[in-house]
Amino acid sequence: MRRIGDAPAVKRLLVGAALVLSALFLLLPLVAIFAQAFSQGMAVFWANVSNYFTLHAIGLTLGVALLTIPICLVFGVALAWLVTRFSFPGRRILQTLIDIPFAVSPVVAGLIYLLLYGRNGWIGSWLDGHDIQLMFAWPGILMVTVFVTCPFVARELIPLMQAQGSREEEAAATLGARGWTTFWRITLPNIRWALLYGVILTNARAVGEFGAVSVVSGAIRGQTNTLPLHLEQLYQDYNAVGAFACAALLALIALLTLAAKASLEWRASRREALL
Amino acid sequence: MSIRLENIAKHFGNTQALEPVNLDIYEGELVGLLGPSGSGKTTLLRIIAGLESADRTAQPSRIMFGERDVTQVHVRDRRIGFVFQHYALFRHMSVYDNVAFGLTVMPKKERPSNGEIRARVFRLLEMVQLEHLAKRYPAQLSGGQQQRVSLARALAVKPDVLLLDEPFGALDAKVRQDLRRWLRRLHSELNFTSVFVTHDQEEALELSDRVVVMSNGRIEQIDAPDTLYHSPKNRFVFEFLGDVNHLEGSVNNGVLTCGNAYLHVDLPDGPEELLLRPHEVRLAEQASDTCHLPVVVTAISPVGAEVRVELEADWLAKPWLATVRHADFERLAMKRGQHLFAHPRQWHRFEENTQSAARQTRTA
Repeated sequence: MRRIGDAPAVKRLLVGAALVLSALFLLLPLVAIFAQAFSQGMAVFWANVSNYFTLHAIGLTLGVALLTIPICLVFGVALAWLVTRFSFPGRRILQTLIDIPFAVSPVVAGLIYLLLYGRNGWIGSWLDGHDIQLMFAWPGILMVTVFVTCPFVARELIPLMQAQGSREEEAAATLGARGWTTFWRITLPNIRWALLYGVILTNARAVGEFGAVSVVSGAIRGQTNTLPLHLEQLYQDYNAVGAFACAALLALIALLTLAAKASLEWRASRREALL
Repeated sequence: MSIRLENIAKHFGNTQALEPVNLDIYEGELVGLLGPSGSGKTTLLRIIAGLESADRTAQPSRIMFGERDVTQVHVRDRRIGFVFQHYALFRHMSVYDNVAFGLTVMPKKERPSNGEIRARVFRLLEMVQLEHLAKRYPAQLSGGQQQRVSLARALAVKPDVLLLDEPFGALDAKVRQDLRRWLRRLHSELNFTSVFVTHDQEEALELSDRVVVMSNGRIEQIDAPDTLYHSPKNRFVFEFLGDVNHLEGSVNNGVLTCGNAYLHVDLPDGPEELLLRPHEVRLAEQASDTCHLPVVVTAISPVGAEVRVELEADWLAKPWLATVRHADFERLAMKRGQHLFAHPRQWHRFEENTQSAARQTRTA
């Protein structure tokens, strides 16, 4: 007995095509990055990585990501809570607005921030009068990174919290629990895996963001250069090994992120199988 | 603790979920809120709990627990126990932690010691016969077990009143029966005031001291089960409390005619509708001079103390249901497709559009 859609020829063709395409477009470039990075040996790779400007870029990138994550976390949880637990006029519009950072090209986002907060911008000129500089400094990089990554956590939480509903929180209230107690003991444990997943995605994006950051950072070596910007500069300077060494670092972070994501998914499926 | 509701109304958007309602529930009573879906019974229960707030109306509304005015009191401070329709157990906590939750979130000054909490939780789990499952998680329990955990959890904080929303709705018939009996016993042992919501008339009549029948956001009748069944105030209550057969036609010179069927009645001329319970229909092989209601047997269910027979005819819009004693069933040698005559032992009628008790019952 053969089931509908279970044609062996079609199956073999699809599997083959999927394998060839992933090898060609995903695996090969990844291998190429590492091959290039180590093409002149470990010593040259290490020299490139331990270069002052590279180390500074790594530091800035990780620092920005480290600050971005808690901001997006609080923002995402608050927004998901608002959208799923309260009903108010404009709730649907708000849910659509969350997606703006996904829909807008990062370069456009960078330009808008420059326009608003730059020295001649609407808010920026006022800030300049008070000696506060946001653009072409790390706060500007942080601002656009937050803009680009803020939907991830909320996007992960909203469908889950919608599906779970507020019954358990109501039950906690009938048992005498205060708001904070309910949040820490009921809401948070129920969304923790989705939350972690959102954080992983946020981190991946924050580390890799190029477009928006390149507009607002000014790319001053040793000051406002993030790792992706530094990579591009090295490449422009014909330092292929240096560029690929940075690329290898970024790819490594991506691979670690994927591993963390996979292990979370594996844990989640195992927990479901247990129940 | 007695409960008094004064002038409680609620609307959601444009729909009036609850018209202004007054209700007194006495100390130690077990009261059932009965009605079809959308009748406002769950809304009323949630307002008593404080999970929903009543509308602000021209006349002030009040909710009293005994002498305590709880109208403005938050749900967490009302000292209620609430059992949710689908249990709403904390899925990431063990059975033990679920039951202990209400005790562990008490303010430090009132909170019992850990040993005391442990003792109280195990006493409750013993009461619901689940102490061997204390370490399990909700998803590993059957529906009936989850329901008992949720009851134990609600009782752990020693509530003044216990509120249950469709407590047995999602369970199969056998478990339901057991749990009902068990709740009744628990209620008489612990003697708290409880209110439960159900759409199942049998459940309401069996469990409650008094039943509140609701429809379209209104209270139709409040009475003890037997009073309710024997003297329903209006047609809605009569129809909701059991199976009903309709006989619709027009009366002319004391004869109600409907197609080729007729029945002598002493009613004034005009359109008329009579209502009969299944046990008020007698079946015979012959018609009489005063009664000619030909029917065909279309389905037979011989399970239980009586045989349930479904009857159809051209003059009937909806099939009738009759209950027949097994002896009569055998005497008439009933089988599907058989032609018989129905004889009302008794019938009821309600005047349309009147709130007063315009109900008549006649013995035919």
